[in-house]
Amino acid sequence: MLVPVKWLKDYVDYDMKTEELALAMTMSGTNVESIKTLGENIQGVVVGKIESIKPHPNADKLRVCFVDVGGENALQIITGAENVKEGDKVPTALEGSQLPIGIKIKTTKFRGLESQGMMCSAQELKLETKNLPDEQKNGILILPENAPIGEDVKKILGLDDEIIEFEITTNRPDCLSIVGIAREAAVTVGGRFKFPEIVVPEGQGNISNETRVDVEDPDLCPRYTARLIKNVRIKPSPIWMQQRLRAAGIRPINNIVDITNYVMLELGQPLHAFDFECLNDKRIIVRRAKKGEKLVTLDGIERELDESVLVIADSNKPVGIAGVMGGENSEITEKTQTVLLESANFNSTSIRRTAKKLGLRTEASSRFEKGIDPNIAEIASNRFVQLVEQLDAGDVVNGIIDIYPKPLKPWRIKMRPGRINKILGTNLTSEQMEKILNSLGLKVVEKSSEHLFVEVPTFRKDITREEDLSEEIGRIYGFDNIPPTLPKGSTTFGTQPSHMVKADKTKDILNACGISEIITFSFISPQSFDKINLPKESPLRKVIKLMNPLGEDTSVMRTTLIPNMLSVISYNLSNRQENIALFELGRVYRPKSLPLKELPDEYNLLTIGMSDDKIDFYDLKGVVETLFENLGVTPVEFNPYKHPTFHPGRTAEVLINGKRAGVLGEIHPDVNDAYDIKKRVYLCELEFDLIAEQSELSYKFEPIPRYPAVERDLAIVVNDSVLAKDIENTIIEAGGSLIKEIDLFDIYKGKQIPEGKKSMAYSLMFRANDRTLTDEEVNNIYNKIVDSLKNKFNAKLRD
Amino acid sequence: MREKLLNIRKEAEKSLLEAIKQQDIERLRINFLGKKGKLTQLLRGMGNLLPEDRPVIGQMANKLRSDLERMIEEKIEAIKEKEKLERLEKEQIDVTITGRKKFIGRKHPLTRTLEDIKSFFIGMGYEVVEGPEIELDYYNFEALNTPEDHPARDVQDTFYITDKILLRTQTSPMQVRTMEKRKPPLKILAPGRVYRSDAVDATHSPVFHQVEGLVIDENITMGDLKGTLIAFARYLFGQDRGVRFRPHYFPFTEPSAELDISCIVCNGKGCRLCSYNGWLEILGCGMVHPRVLEMVGYNPEKVGGFALGMGIERIALLKYGIDDMRLFFENDLRFLRQF
Ligand SMILES: [Zn+2]
Repeated sequence: MLVPVKWLKDYVDYDMKTEELALAMTMSGTNVESIKTLGENIQGVVVGKIESIKPHPNADKLRVCFVDVGGENALQIITGAENVKEGDKVPTALEGSQLPIGIKIKTTKFRGLESQGMMCSAQELKLETKNLPDEQKNGILILPENAPIGEDVKKILGLDDEIIEFEITTNRPDCLSIVGIAREAAVTVGGRFKFPEIVVPEGQGNISNETRVDVEDPDLCPRYTARLIKNVRIKPSPIWMQQRLRAAGIRPINNIVDITNYVMLELGQPLHAFDFECLNDKRIIVRRAKKGEKLVTLDGIERELDESVLVIADSNKPVGIAGVMGGENSEITEKTQTVLLESANFNSTSIRRTAKKLGLRTEASSRFEKGIDPNIAEIASNRFVQLVEQLDAGDVVNGIIDIYPKPLKPWRIKMRPGRINKILGTNLTSEQMEKILNSLGLKVVEKSSEHLFVEVPTFRKDITREEDLSEEIGRIYGFDNIPPTLPKGSTTFGTQPSHMVKADKTKDILNACGISEIITFSFISPQSFDKINLPKESPLRKVIKLMNPLGEDTSVMRTTLIPNMLSVISYNLSNRQENIALFELGRVYRPKSLPLKELPDEYNLLTIGMSDDKIDFYDLKGVVETLFENLGVTPVEFNPYKHPTFHPGRTAEVLINGKRAGVLGEIHPDVNDAYDIKKRVYLCELEFDLIAEQSELSYKFEPIPRYPAVERDLAIVVNDSVLAKDIENTIIEAGGSLIKEIDLFDIYKGKQIPEGKKSMAYSLMFRANDRTLTDEEVNNIYNKIVDSLKNKFNAKLRD
Repeated sequence: MREKLLNIRKEAEKSLLEAIKQQDIERLRINFLGKKGKLTQLLRGMGNLLPEDRPVIGQMANKLRSDLERMIEEKIEAIKEKEKLERLEKEQIDVTITGRKKFIGRKHPLTRTLEDIKSFFIGMGYEVVEGPEIELDYYNFEALNTPEDHPARDVQDTFYITDKILLRTQTSPMQVRTMEKRKPPLKILAPGRVYRSDAVDATHSPVFHQVEGLVIDENITMGDLKGTLIAFARYLFGQDRGVRFRPHYFPFTEPSAELDISCIVCNGKGCRLCSYNGWLEILGCGMVHPRVLEMVGYNPEKVGGFALGMGIERIALLKYGIDDMRLFFENDLRFLRQF
């Protein structure tokens, strides 16, 4: 809400700088977003009177003007403009002055003659030129004849004002008006509030003889008032009104339309003026639109309507969409003779829905949809005719049509001062509270020792219960004056759930492994599933779709974190980043059924992606093993696995305690291509909820071994297809509890090893907790292991 | 004999002086004290001496032996010391060459910020809870005193999945979900991801993160809200940070306020970051609206409390001096590695 300070001062007396007022208003609940000083960039431009004009001796197109600016001598100013004549008053930029178009005026010579300043056009002062006579649009701006010579033009042009921009919260539609702001300002800074004095002028005839209004749907239109103006004299509104409208962000159009807007800004009641001659049968019907009915609104767009839309109609067609925008068919034009003025109240929900449906939010609809006091409708209508009379815009017809079947009356709230103090944590007396309430127009109508009855004026529809009064009292008393304390009473324990503790720990471990965290959007493109090569029947393609996504790229809720991870890796590779090692711990959304009938399951996944010349599959696997080891997740298995996103020979399924925990491997080259990635990428995606559940973070001491260990190397040749995992399980099985460590230190294929075979060299460590093992004992176990490997895998011992 | 002993002493002393390496000494030891060494040889001839001379010469010889042993030891020590010094001299390195660093991964700045926030509230006795991001209209709006067609819904452009199911626009539904399940006293903190259909730009993102706080007990006042949040703001932004509470409007609190801190760049003098007014808004808060309490079956005459909500991105932007929201979700390593 833009509020010109001079306009505001019509309704409230105060004596302080605008900045001080703004701060006080902010602290009482009407937040100030900005203060703009008009004409800030115009400096040293004054009213000058052209005394005489001579032709320029050296140039046909230039003229030499002598301009009186109140100094000792008239200034000699050269101009190329044709529209000035002797006696004209013009904005004169003096030597050293500043213009908003960014120039500074200096004395210069034009064809040999000195020019001691410049006469300015409207454009050079950055003024609106639309309402100027044509010759002034391109020439010099001519000021009113009575403008005092030497006066700063900012005063003459109304540019010596400041504009405060207020943020009005949705609960205070009454503050979407200058009067509403003035009322708040008066309470806030202790000034006097002056509601405009409204006198309805004496007119001719009577409206009831000229027209009639029928409201068919009083639920959607609680009040409708109409007045008539005859012999309308359409012309531009006076400069002062235009300046105020413009300062408040509204473009002046003509006197009638400008007055409607002026009253809306002043009182907060939107008004609409119809060209009465355009109303069939000269009557108004407020009704719901018929399905398929059409109306071209004032913005020139044809709107198709239906029964949900309330329209203002004449006997055979809609002439406006109630509370939103009028129709072109009844627009005020230069030919308008008679005006029917509507000042009505519409149901806020209905207006809100209509505006949303039509995608049409206007100054009027944004006020109606927040709720306007129906009691202001008649006052605004009266104010309109007062201004019509004042501006000589037409002849007022006596009387008002007012259809208001259920007038809204002030309501009462019981308030306990003790309760207010309990909410706020204050110690205010009942008298202090009463004083604050009264200043806000909330009348205390009855009191006892325990409570007060407060009568709420109809423009404060946001106040309906005791707590609402606590806010009013609190904010006017000043939130900053409430003493800060800490909650007393029950002790509570600060904790977080186990899976969050595990998540924090996971992030720490991965960080220690050199892996950094990423955070990406929860919605992805449906194309992502093709890019990561998922088959058509993949359950991951069962996605939750947004009804109103920002775009196709962000239209479905993710069921996997892989696409975002690959995008981030691709992005960083394209920025020539190296050592890429990233993880994301985030949610995926899996519907129980589609379309969604109940809330879906939200799971946490952990995805790790790595890409670097120096790493391979086992670096990533090592990270995952490190993570599991440090989270106390056991037992873990990695089995060969096929997954369309991954390399067919370099992918493992991860099992925790026999439960599927995810997949780990090298990304398939086709998927890499889809993401424009030129390097090998290693990636795993794990069910984090399972990891958290299986993680056992209790630590228990085991005695440090007192007896020495014995090491033996074991090198065997087996078929290529034999898995390390199976060999190791066999060693453990055969070796029993004395085997403490198995370390695969070499895998060899090639010379000396037959085709299709591999040599695997292990270092085995044996130890007993209660004695030193003898050579013989170790040899026995060793031989058992060798026999077992021979039997199972046809392994040959290698020397 | 005496003369011979003296000669051996002289000779040994001379050789010791000349010895440079440990091997020289070893050779010298064998030469004089070894089985065939000069002193050993000489002592073998002791038998030829007159009995009365024996003790004197024997004493002399023993003295010579022990002296030689001692001198040899000393010489060995000296040589070792010298050799050590020489080695150390040779082993000098350029300590200004950069060491081999280990790269520790970094947490996302939003995670870091949330950790800061959590640690304050956990320390104050709050329990962290989580809830669904895909939420029922009921919890996101209706139960928070924001029925359909409430104008406050306009401020939060909502992503819908069905008419009744949406992406939560705030973490506030967790207030209701927690109160439905439990009885007061409650002190909870609910962090999470929220969504609004804003196009991506420097100050907007359709996905962002909030933290919701809720305290419900008997006798909770607005003063308690102030005390808690002043402590929080100073914990995050420094002990001498200016703090103010500005009345505001939220449908589910009454009274409602926004918390401003004095500008972290200009300290209140006015600069571009604070739009020249010296203050920065960091969170919204208020006393829980009695309607919200009634809807979960609490009696607002008996219990009440306060709620607060803040954007984690907003806090992180201010705390780290980041000037563009998009950086959080681009995940550029050159950005991530700064935290
Ligand atoms: Zn600042």
